Amino acid sequence: MEDMSAYPLEISGDGTPMVSFQKVRKAYGPLVVLDNLDLEVATGEMVSIIGPSGSGKTTVLRMLMTLEQINAGVIYVDGRPLTHMDKAGVLVEATPKHLRARRSDIGMCFQHFNLFPHMTAIQNCMEGPVHVLGLTKAEARDRSEELLELVGMIEKKDQHPSRLSGGQQQRVAIARALAMRPKVMLFDEVTSALDPEVIGEVTNVIRKLVSEHNLTMLMVTHQMGFARDISDRVCFFYDGKIEEQGRPADLFGNPKRERTQQFLSAVKEAV
Amino acid sequence: MSLFEFISQYWPRLLSGTGITVAQFLLSSVVAIILALIFALMKMSSNRLVKGAAVTYIEIFRGTSLLVQLYWIFFVLPLFGLTLEKFTAGYIAIGMNAGAYGAELVRGGIMSVPRGQWEAALAINMSSAKRMWRIILPQAVGIMLPPWGNLLIEILKGTALVSLISVTDLMFQAKQINASTYLSAQIFGTALIIYYIIARFMFTPFMRWFEGFMARKLGKA
Repeated sequence: MEDMSAYPLEISGDGTPMVSFQKVRKAYGPLVVLDNLDLEVATGEMVSIIGPSGSGKTTVLRMLMTLEQINAGVIYVDGRPLTHMDKAGVLVEATPKHLRARRSDIGMCFQHFNLFPHMTAIQNCMEGPVHVLGLTKAEARDRSEELLELVGMIEKKDQHPSRLSGGQQQRVAIARALAMRPKVMLFDEVTSALDPEVIGEVTNVIRKLVSEHNLTMLMVTHQMGFARDISDRVCFFYDGKIEEQGRPADLFGNPKRERTQQFLSAVKEAV
Repeated sequence: MSLFEFISQYWPRLLSGTGITVAQFLLSSVVAIILALIFALMKMSSNRLVKGAAVTYIEIFRGTSLLVQLYWIFFVLPLFGLTLEKFTAGYIAIGMNAGAYGAELVRGGIMSVPRGQWEAALAINMSSAKRMWRIILPQAVGIMLPPWGNLLIEILKGTALVSLISVTDLMFQAKQINASTYLSAQIFGTALIIYYIIARFMFTPFMRWFEGFMARKLGKA
């Protein structure tokens, strides 16, 4: 923990981090999943979260997507509180209405894609723009086709998810999330449920997003090579805390903490 | 008198009775489906008053006899100033009774839509009403169609009870013909066959078709 504050953040723009966890705590009954978490992500930064299962890494993303409530602390997105709201100078717990307003900054892709099975690929992408953002169908279709083009799924746009492979479904899911124009994208183990030969098609899409777009991204992954390649920063979670974080070259090449070393060598053996 | 002769003599009354039975069946089904949806959503509400109202409705209509409910609605409600015409009382009573069973089917269907679907809908920031209506319910319908097929057949058979408040359905006509001819075997045999034909050769194929239609809509076929 002590190394954490020493890590220099490369913050662009006005210096406000895009995402900021401040002393966040999450527990399920007596089981503490995340304890006193401080984490800042700069605008445009790509942060990978790695660690053993049960270390709380997925919970970080789920809290940010407001799929989980936090028990203490505050999460800020784009300089404004997400989990709380300002009421006469005091931060009080957010109402559903506040959460809905603030949630629009965040998009998420899931391990199991979770495409809507009763809609085609393009309908999946158009659903949010039409029924949440209030775009016309024509506008939403243009936007969706552009994004399906970006993820290489335009020729399958009229297929239902059941007709698509896992890799194809995940690429549609990425397009669906991007269609909402989020400021922050969350990738929760998006390649974990995929067959090895199609992992590349999904990671290539994420690579493209990193190189061509100024999105802020948080990614929970087990693909160490991928995390090393594309991240600006890697956080190693252990037992509900950030055990170590740093530039990928440092963290993978020269891990300082014993648990990081153990984890990385165990992962290496498995490959 | 042969069955053929019997039918050729009495078919107009049997036909009109069958028409009333089918109308009772369709109307009570509509009432049941609407009430089932409303009370299922109410039962899933976090508001305790709303939830309590749904639980009370479901308990009362599932826990007591349909015939008694029918008599209540037709004979007792007028004492409180609410008089329903017998035809209306018939399908309202059956629909309310079946709606209580249907509410549990709807709730079960909604609950069995995978959690990931709720989360994905939330992640694109849908309002809870739109999420239910556009994402969850269409998938829940696919899941709950087979048990609804059973319930709707129960409704069809249950409509015979409306003859007891003098709605001139198939069963009412059969009893009348029986009273004047004493040809019990022929008339009740014919009634039995008519109910069976409606359930087995008209309604069941329709549900098959509808299940196939929903499967295609859900991209499963």
